Amino acid sequence: MSLHVEIRKRLGDFVLETAFDAEDAVTGLLGASGCGKSLTLKCIAGVETPDEGRIILDGETLFDSARGINLKPQQRRVGYLFQQYALFPHLTVERNILTGLHRERDTAVRQRRLRKMIEMMQLDGLEKLRPAQLSGGQAQRVALARMLVNEPRLLLLDEPFSALDSHLRDQLQPQFLALLRSYGRQAVLVTHSRDEAYHLCGQLCVMENGRIVRDGATKEVFADPRSETAARLTGCKNITPARKIDERTVEAPAWGLRFTAAQPVPDDLCASGLRAHYFHPRAAANRARVQWVDELEEPFEWILLFRYVEQDKSAPPLWWRLPKDRKPAAPPDVLGIAPENVLLLTR
Amino acid sequence: MDWYPLFNSLRIAALSSVIVFFTGIAAAYYAVRLPRLAKGVLDVVLTLPLVLPPTVIGYFLLLLFGSRRPLGMALAQICVKFVMTWYGGVIAAAVVAFPLLYRTARGAFEAFDETLAQAGQTLGLSNTYIFWRIRMPACREGIIAGVVLGFARALGEYGATSMLIGYTPGKTATISTTVYQLWRTGDDTHAFFWVLVNLAISATVLLTINLLERRQKGVQRA
Repeated sequence: MSLHVEIRKRLGDFVLETAFDAEDAVTGLLGASGCGKSLTLKCIAGVETPDEGRIILDGETLFDSARGINLKPQQRRVGYLFQQYALFPHLTVERNILTGLHRERDTAVRQRRLRKMIEMMQLDGLEKLRPAQLSGGQAQRVALARMLVNEPRLLLLDEPFSALDSHLRDQLQPQFLALLRSYGRQAVLVTHSRDEAYHLCGQLCVMENGRIVRDGATKEVFADPRSETAARLTGCKNITPARKIDERTVEAPAWGLRFTAAQPVPDDLCASGLRAHYFHPRAAANRARVQWVDELEEPFEWILLFRYVEQDKSAPPLWWRLPKDRKPAAPPDVLGIAPENVLLLTR
Repeated sequence: MDWYPLFNSLRIAALSSVIVFFTGIAAAYYAVRLPRLAKGVLDVVLTLPLVLPPTVIGYFLLLLFGSRRPLGMALAQICVKFVMTWYGGVIAAAVVAFPLLYRTARGAFEAFDETLAQAGQTLGLSNTYIFWRIRMPACREGIIAGVVLGFARALGEYGATSMLIGYTPGKTATISTTVYQLWRTGDDTHAFFWVLVNLAISATVLLTINLLERRQKGVQRA
């Protein structure tokens, strides 16, 4: 199982220039809206054509501008789950799924496979409904059924949960992951949600402005985002310009602080990040005096806003997130953070 | 009682509607895909028959198909004559009705969610299948509205028709040219009869459409 993508496409002022090898079962493309994630998927599916580049799936070339190869989407056998599911509005649930079975000539086999898919997707009783009558979760299952019954070699999932309510989203993600695993084919998932990326994807490509700024195993990308964009998109709240002092020391002038890092500091360091969860009043390293600014209450967490005593007036306060039961009675005067949690970021 | 104008009007309106259905939809389908400038120019050209006086259109048609014009002479070689014949009336009605279908179909195509076509492609459905079985049904309401408007316009066409095919009883007479002819010659009773016939047809067409729409909504709700 492998997917090699290396494409370039210009759309007005926007240039999409992505290259990645998807090796994991589920590879995520994480980025803000308009960064080119969906366009990348559409190029892989063949409904958009890149200006140049190559797309190779399991050794078969789907697109190669140099060799003049550009398979039609119909020939690629790549499944696409659209953000709004793209169910055919005039067809019933059953007939929507049957469009995915059009290659099957034998009526009996077709009916059997349809029944099996309806059962697997828990769509019993909805067969005769039209898409407008379905709930978001049901529509998602119909779209999945229609795609899977077509037996694609690769699944392209475009923000599959963005059309759903948040409680439904959390409920459906484990089922969704189980389904992807049982189908046993590679998937590329586009998302702007770091939680979704973390739950579902083994490999992650972080995109900004048409380019991939960080690519790696998901946990590694979260632990060491390397670029400022990747740090922000993986949820790092405290980011400040920084410069290298020596092999293990960074200086953050806006916070009036020097940090010790666990990793060697790169020469082209431009910023440093501290994740809001990792501060600790009793941490041994990187301790500094703080002033408390405000506190925000969330359902299960507190966000405490603070400034370092030496902090520049124009720099925004920092965030410390902690579970409700760990909130100290009186806010501490000093906060520290472990060297391995100091993110070293380059452009 | 001579029923010829009714028969002639109906066949002219029906045939021109068929022509306009295919040409209007094809024009709308490609116009949506054009770059903005080309689309603007094409739009003006294709919509002109809607705003020009029908007599001006008749004048242009005579310029094109007149028996001394190149195209008219070429067509005469293969025994096709659009001047003073009932099938000339089909051409005149089609030209006048075309913008109505073109514009409504274009509006429907522009509102069509392109991801439906893309979903069909990734499922391996042919582009022809996608066009006729997904795009057209999804745009059905706009297109039906366009066809009905076009048919009604073709049925009521007078100006271009009278310029191109004139009024010959039993040959080129349509309801609208007959009404004018009868009124002009002072035969008010018969003119009024044909007015009533025209009213009855138009009302029937509109009623049918309303019924179809209601049934469709019913199906969707069920």
